[in-house]
Amino acid sequence: MLEVKNLKKIFNAGTINEKVALDDVSLTLSEGDFVTLIGGNGAGKSTLLNCIAGVHMVDEGQILIDGKDVTRIPEHKRAAYLGRVFQDPMMGTAANMGIEENLALSYRRGKNRTLKWGISNKERDVYKELLSTLDLGLENRLSDKVGLLSGGQRQALTLLMATLIKPKLLLLDEHTAALDPKTAEKVLKLTDKIVEEGKLTTLMVTHNMRDAINHGNRLIMMSNGKIILDITGEEKRNLTVESLLERFGKVSGEEFANDRALLS
Amino acid sequence: MLNIILGAVSLGLIWAIMTIGVYITYRILGIADLTVEGTLAMGAAIAANSISNGTNPYLATLLALLGGLAAGLATGLLHTKLRIPALLSGILTMIALYSINLRIMGRANISLLNRKTVYTPFQNIFEKYNLSTVIYPVIAVGLITVMIIVCFLYWFFGTEIGCAIRATGNNPNMVRAQGINTNTMVIVGLVFSNGLVAISGSLYAQSQNFADIQMGQGSIVIGLASVIIGEVLFGKRNFFSRLIALVLGAITYRIIIALVLMMGMPANDLKLFTALTVAIALALPMFGEYLNTIKNSFRRRNNA
Repeated sequence: MLEVKNLKKIFNAGTINEKVALDDVSLTLSEGDFVTLIGGNGAGKSTLLNCIAGVHMVDEGQILIDGKDVTRIPEHKRAAYLGRVFQDPMMGTAANMGIEENLALSYRRGKNRTLKWGISNKERDVYKELLSTLDLGLENRLSDKVGLLSGGQRQALTLLMATLIKPKLLLLDEHTAALDPKTAEKVLKLTDKIVEEGKLTTLMVTHNMRDAINHGNRLIMMSNGKIILDITGEEKRNLTVESLLERFGKVSGEEFANDRALLS
Repeated sequence: MLNIILGAVSLGLIWAIMTIGVYITYRILGIADLTVEGTLAMGAAIAANSISNGTNPYLATLLALLGGLAAGLATGLLHTKLRIPALLSGILTMIALYSINLRIMGRANISLLNRKTVYTPFQNIFEKYNLSTVIYPVIAVGLITVMIIVCFLYWFFGTEIGCAIRATGNNPNMVRAQGINTNTMVIVGLVFSNGLVAISGSLYAQSQNFADIQMGQGSIVIGLASVIIGEVLFGKRNFFSRLIALVLGAITYRIIIALVLMMGMPANDLKLFTALTVAIALALPMFGEYLNTIKNSFRRRNNA
């Protein structure tokens, strides 16, 4: 479903701030894979996601989605294949527009925008039904501005928007990191449900080891722009935080020095 | 007195078209587009030049509209394709338009006295009823044009493309993630906005019976003042009421100006007056916060 070949991305090349964010990264996701991507600050997780989404153009390498080479395709055209949820709850929705207007925008992802009405009555019924599955009472607030919603509600809505049209690949960029623990858990539960029901191929970045272990069927760890661990199947199911830390130490020869990942 | 107010209303209706244009860029796209200073004069220049060459005044206004659309396109391309900051792109087009407008007119001003304008047919009607042929025709044409534009924009911003433009001004990252080319949306917004401003300029020149190269000077501030007055005084519940509020804002602005002039303010001080009004209006939210902190600190002191 997703094939990433020898990706290289250098920020501020040739300056004193030069940073190799992706160093020859290759990765293949099969259809239906739910991959959690973990790593410390600056490991290159978000850069990898942004390169796949087309926010950054890569310096070298190739990105194929469902066999189609998208390496040089601009972000807004790539969006036809991708569903995205961001770390910042403000990022995924238009705050000054209504809930239904936001949903209508994503209901047309990958289609040409025309002079037809931006939202139809038939759609409203669909949105109502989908929103009621979130169990947040949003189905009765269709025309409320999204800016009135809490961070958790906005992330749940963004998740719904990202999967309204089934994406070939769902990209979740630390989408629970800005939420309080209880809300984060709810959103993660919802994520599991949506991914499972839609059989979505998913790449979820997280800095929380427990979340990375408890979700998905495959775990990838990045460090210094490289993939250093790739754990699947039985091995992934038996993983614990301790064993993961131990394996990280063996592979990288250093301690996993990231309080955020350990404490949360 | 009534005539002064009605005169202000007629001017306000013409400038309401320009105000709606400024609203599209300033509020919907979040860009302060200075192109309008050149576009207003361009609308006036194209209309005056074509009319004095014998063109039908309605066709001349249509030509002015096309010129405005082109000016918006120029700024849009500078901003999105060449990645020049929006403010600077607007300034560049505005400066370029100064020379272009001079070329269109061939001189610094054109008189339209005794020429047929868009108001002429209406003047004939009002003449029959012994009503002022200066004010009422302008009000009639202004009202019709404003109504058409308000209805058109209400429809347009409800369409898929219109929604995409509104969202682009709100959160471009999200819009790109929904598969929309934000550059195109910004360009469309700028094109529409400047088209409206050019119509406004064309109607303004015809109502004043002349076009002048300086006509656009300070128009962005007048537009902003009208937008803010409209929003503060006439609310912003839904999109339709917002559009109406903009029209009322533009009229109110003209009435205020007419009144201060009547009270004896020298006309030369007008631009200073307008600039100060806008500065104060834009600063109001900050004053509000400041007042709140003072109030709260008093309350705390009283409670202690």
